[in-house]
Amino acid sequence: MITIQNIHKSYNMGTNSLHVLKGIDLEIEKGELVSIMGSSGSGKSTLLNILGILDNYDKGEYRLDGKLIAGLSETKAALMRNEYIGFVFQSFNLISFKNALENVALPLYYKNISRKKRNKIAMEYLDKVGLLDWAEHMPNELSGGQKQRVAIARSLIANPKVILADEPTGALDTATSYEVMDILKTINHEGITVIIVTHETDISRMTRRVIKLKDGAIEADYIPETIRDYAKVV
Amino acid sequence: MFDLDKWQEIFAALKKNKMRTFLTAFGVFWGIFMLIIMLGSGRGLQNAVYEGMKDFATNSVFLWTQPTTEPYAGFPRGRRFYFRNDDIEALRNHIPEVDVIAPRLQARGGSSAADNVVRGIKTGSFTINGDYPEWNLIDPVKMLSGRFLNHLDLNHKRKVAVIGDMVKEILFEKDEEALGEYIRINGVYFQVVGVFSPLNSNIGFGGDKAQSIYIPFTTLQQTYNYGDMVGWFAMTAKEDIPASVIDEKAKELLKRRHKIHPADSQAVTGVNLDEEFKKISGLFLGIDVLIWIVGIGTLLAGVIGISNIMLIVVKERTKEIGIQRALGATPRKIIGQIITESVFLTTLAGYFGLSIAVFLLEMINKALVASGGENQAFRNPGVDFNIAVTALIILIVAGAVAGLIPANRAVKIKPIDALRDE
Repeated sequence: MITIQNIHKSYNMGTNSLHVLKGIDLEIEKGELVSIMGSSGSGKSTLLNILGILDNYDKGEYRLDGKLIAGLSETKAALMRNEYIGFVFQSFNLISFKNALENVALPLYYKNISRKKRNKIAMEYLDKVGLLDWAEHMPNELSGGQKQRVAIARSLIANPKVILADEPTGALDTATSYEVMDILKTINHEGITVIIVTHETDISRMTRRVIKLKDGAIEADYIPETIRDYAKVV
Repeated sequence: MFDLDKWQEIFAALKKNKMRTFLTAFGVFWGIFMLIIMLGSGRGLQNAVYEGMKDFATNSVFLWTQPTTEPYAGFPRGRRFYFRNDDIEALRNHIPEVDVIAPRLQARGGSSAADNVVRGIKTGSFTINGDYPEWNLIDPVKMLSGRFLNHLDLNHKRKVAVIGDMVKEILFEKDEEALGEYIRINGVYFQVVGVFSPLNSNIGFGGDKAQSIYIPFTTLQQTYNYGDMVGWFAMTAKEDIPASVIDEKAKELLKRRHKIHPADSQAVTGVNLDEEFKKISGLFLGIDVLIWIVGIGTLLAGVIGISNIMLIVVKERTKEIGIQRALGATPRKIIGQIITESVFLTTLAGYFGLSIAVFLLEMINKALVASGGENQAFRNPGVDFNIAVTALIILIVAGAVAGLIPANRAVKIKPIDALRDE
């Protein structure tokens, strides 16, 4: 699903440039549940942005579902994002003046799907995350966990191949975090590739593969112990 | 197609800071309001002036004499002279470009002098004009009853008079018939054959036209001992010939006939109404241009205000735009959104300005009509439909242009930077 080879990325900070990603090679298969870990400054957010076609890279090659992602126009990039990728953010990033239903339906709006049809589909996805009764509520009337569930429904609605979650539990308490992770795992079970950026070890333990970044390079790529234990038991 | 999500976003953005939205919109409102009010007032002024000159032959020239300023052919300077009857024929024969000639002679007396017209116990002081029937072609009057002077009156030197409506009012009872009655002008009896009201009030020669009496030119000459003297000439040029042509030719001919130095610019003098008209038209054109410059300038200030505020709105919504882009909104969608917002705000504000200005002009117009009175300095203020539509189109275009820079700014923001913006 995702193949990146020798990706380099540096930011220009005035006169000196900051080399953030120093040659990353990574292969993620379809249906994987991967967490990317690392301390701040390790380059994990940058990697996620590149994976999400939100940012470009300087050197290397990135293929998404076999398509080379390089030098796309803004329009093309927007269409690719809409088609392939669902985003879940730490701060939820719901549109404040739209209710839960409309927020979920937004990606379909950009696909020019009629309001009636997209609201119907959005209802299904709200149901899926257990927020059917909250469809008409505005974001500021929802709790953090609910907001994140709306955001997950939104990321799913356009039938993406990959869900990119940037610290999806960073603003949530432990109980809610686990709820959100459960939903993400359910999604993964349905065959969608899920990539989670996090710095919380307990969150990464719930994934099936952990990629540790340090100083812009992959330090470790392993299957977390819990899963190994789980595999042993089975 | 009505796109609810688009409008939801627009209203959300505008409602977020109502005071700011209102003040911004007010700039455009005021711009278009002032433009329309000024254009309407300019039109009112123009209508009033042109109304006062309505029906007057504009391609006309008026000539009279003054003492000479150059010695010539044995005559000293400062010589007084007068046009003569035979000048009429000479002008007619030698200047083919002349269409109508109306010589005129005014009797002594008039509005400022002692009463010169008497009927029974009623008296009045009026301007007495000796006229040709052709005068009615140059400065037409509206006949309320009876007729204007004709050539038979002149040939027979009839003692008949055509009087202005004010004259009738002063000399006759309210519902008295004036036709056929006699009035005494400077001691001589004249029969009234017509009553008129002037068509235009802004062009006058020696007093209010409504307070003047027209009698046959020849009668006036003979009755009051003017010999063959002509007071002044009024002439019109034939169609498509500028009045200045007959002006120059007539001056030259008359100077020759009266032995005036060719370079004497004051002996034969006059007014070229064509030129006066052009001056007035030029003046109004100047006023119009000024109004548009000031109006468009004010409007521009308003539009720049919108553009400015849209920039701030874009800045405030950077994160939101970033989310939208991450979710797959194309740059075109974002640009469309911001330009629609700008056009909407501009057009709405402009429409209010336009409506209120037009409404105000209508009210002024109604008040003017209700107050009555013919001689107004202000008449029918208002803008025509074309100008209103032009203004609206200008507004929409201006709104789009105002949105262009902010929209561009919004698209330039990389989705990643926008998302990072906290």
